[in-house]
Amino acid sequence: MATEILMPALSPTMEEGTLAKWLVKEGDTVSSGDIMAEIETDKATMEFEAVDEGIVGKILIAEGTEGVKVNTPIAVLVEEGEDASALPAAAPAAAAVTEAAPAAVEAPASATAPAAPVVDLSPDWPADAEMKSETVREALRDAMAEEMRGDEDVYLMGEEVAEYQGAYKISQGLLDEFGAKRVIDTPITEHGFAGIAVGSAFGGLKPIVEFMTFNFAMQAIDQIINSAAKTLYMSGGQMGCPIVFRGPNGAAARVAAQHSQDYAAWYMQVPGLKVVMPYSAADAKGLLKSAIRDPNPVVFLENEILYGRSFDVPQVDDLTIPLGKARIWREGSDVTIVSFGIGMQYALEAADKLAEDGISAEVIDLRTIRPMDTGAIINSVMKTNRLVTVEEGWPQGSVGSYISSVVMQQAFDYLDAPVITLTGKDVPMPYAANLEKLALITTDEVIAAVKQVTYR
Amino acid sequence: MAARKTTKKPNVSAEELKTYYREMLLIRRFEEKAGQLYGMGLIGGFCHLYIGQEAVVVGLEAAAKEGDKRITSYRDHGHMLACGMDPGGVMAELTGREGGLSKGKGGSMHMFSKEKHFYGGHGIVGAQVPLGAGLAFADKYKENGGVTFTYFGDGAANQGQVYETFNMAAIWDLPVVFVIENNQYAMGTSQTRSTSTKDIYHRGEAFGIPGEIVNGMDVLAVKAAGEKAVAHCRAGKGPYILEVKTYRYRGHSMSDPAKYRTREEVQKVREQSDPIEHVRELLLTGKHATEDDLKAIDKEIKEVVNQAAEFSKESPEPSLDELWTDIYA
Repeated sequence: MATEILMPALSPTMEEGTLAKWLVKEGDTVSSGDIMAEIETDKATMEFEAVDEGIVGKILIAEGTEGVKVNTPIAVLVEEGEDASALPAAAPAAAAVTEAAPAAVEAPASATAPAAPVVDLSPDWPADAEMKSETVREALRDAMAEEMRGDEDVYLMGEEVAEYQGAYKISQGLLDEFGAKRVIDTPITEHGFAGIAVGSAFGGLKPIVEFMTFNFAMQAIDQIINSAAKTLYMSGGQMGCPIVFRGPNGAAARVAAQHSQDYAAWYMQVPGLKVVMPYSAADAKGLLKSAIRDPNPVVFLENEILYGRSFDVPQVDDLTIPLGKARIWREGSDVTIVSFGIGMQYALEAADKLAEDGISAEVIDLRTIRPMDTGAIINSVMKTNRLVTVEEGWPQGSVGSYISSVVMQQAFDYLDAPVITLTGKDVPMPYAANLEKLALITTDEVIAAVKQVTYR
Repeated sequence: MAARKTTKKPNVSAEELKTYYREMLLIRRFEEKAGQLYGMGLIGGFCHLYIGQEAVVVGLEAAAKEGDKRITSYRDHGHMLACGMDPGGVMAELTGREGGLSKGKGGSMHMFSKEKHFYGGHGIVGAQVPLGAGLAFADKYKENGGVTFTYFGDGAANQGQVYETFNMAAIWDLPVVFVIENNQYAMGTSQTRSTSTKDIYHRGEAFGIPGEIVNGMDVLAVKAAGEKAVAHCRAGKGPYILEVKTYRYRGHSMSDPAKYRTREEVQKVREQSDPIEHVRELLLTGKHATEDDLKAIDKEIKEVVNQAAEFSKESPEPSLDELWTDIYA
């Protein structure tokens, strides 16, 4: 049967081209792979190969013709004994691509003042639970140990996590309890071991990857984002990646620019990732246990300065806290302060001092940055009409910028003052003690911002 | 490239030879059809064809057993067909349709099959190498005896993460076969211009990983090497490297004019070392099949590919709410 040969698209953007040269003539026999013509696109001259075998029955477009639209018939291939002239004048084969009408995908709710959002205010643990003071370090270790006891597929991998007992002693004792099969020291190759861990998650395991600090996870960020976060989507839901990437994030003390960066805003941007940044020990424990059980990749941002800080931790069996649920640390009526991680320290200190001045601040700990409990923020702003966000990261594209845009779009009519987004200064972290202090956010800055939005 | 005549006398049944012929032909005809659909605007974006390299995946699949895993980069259609994924589902993914293996959301470079243990389909050069070692890590952890074929090209062989992975695969004795599909060109840069060593598998020696060169235009040689590598891994001896010397006939992707090599160079490989012609000759000279037998296979494959193409055109585009699904499990 005679087949039409169509002007091919030879690049993702080509719509037409020049038929520069025919390398076959009518009557020639061609087989699959033979070069038939040279076609000039806007980028290059390409060789065009035959796909089927047959005889060139008729050449429809002469060489040298410019502006030949993609899918225009350029020649006719016939089988032996067939007569090309018997063919009807070739009508251009319709391009079969259905035009995807840019259908009105429903825009996210915006612009209008919201009905009060649904907010989960349920307590994270029973009110009568016995409390015990524990450090964040102990809470994180206990969370991993409990989950590893409960599920053989959970393992811990990272630099110095096993024999050294953790660079920051988070994995203390785990090697003794679980052995070298499940607590694995790696070489200093973040890119490689993050990829191996992600692959093992594809293969059915539930890895916990400890980065000695998140600064070094930049070596591995391709595996975190391109491999871990996107695979479920790229596979149409077939293949997920249950993995936790955890370690200290943000500034420690006097370790300078390359070891002092807050990545909350970076990872927050990525669909497919969940991002957790706890402040208290109870939250660290409950959220890490939930993160390990979560079927999605979770970036779990800890803080070196908080590791040694003690908090009350409820002594309940299996403390888990749902990802995506903020916590109201302190109720108030004059202003909402939203923070997470170590920023909470400044927010809470400021709220105490502001109370002495008669300003009642509501302090919200986001705990999870993605998915973000924006409902809790909106709900609070509808009551206080003022918002200050507090974080250690840089200002441009900060977590606070996002919160501010959400509040502006969803609760504009409730705002009595512009939102202030407090961040670290827009500089690499300096080493000198006085300059480092200046670069970081302070309690005094939070107090000043609250006074500004409350017009005091 | 090693010449075809280096093949030892094949110790192989007629049925096996016909199977390899059929599987390689399926890949070739499928890819030619994909190129055609790309030309018609039915396939968009990037499309990297496997034509010329068919013996690599068909030979290695012949060395695999049920439960073994495979992972590769974006030149992946051949791997999917060779491990038994549905040609219609693959083609419909290329056309971005609902019936595609990733529901149209992955495209040519991103397909997966839990059922066939195919783990992608990855678009970042070299990133699949640690992922593949990770699959092997999971097999070792679960003590299930599985082996993972981790494919990458001569271009990816210069990525740092490959050597991070070699190191860990070696110290942890991971059951992974690293398959370097050396088609001599990293996009447009020839191996001689980009790579310090002539034989890339030698780099494994620095990590204590054994390896060898394989004639990738000879499916039987590939299968034999694959069996050796798999036996090494399954015996708990750790990773193995196969550097399979092969050649791609088409450009790097559909929009590559391939000016970095001569037409004569391509033509010479096609005429002297074509992997499908090789098996065809073995079948005919060994009197395992007649011209008519092979014509019947050709026809059968053409039908399979035409059906896949039809399906890929008829399958509807994904529904618009698919935009928002499969982001979180």
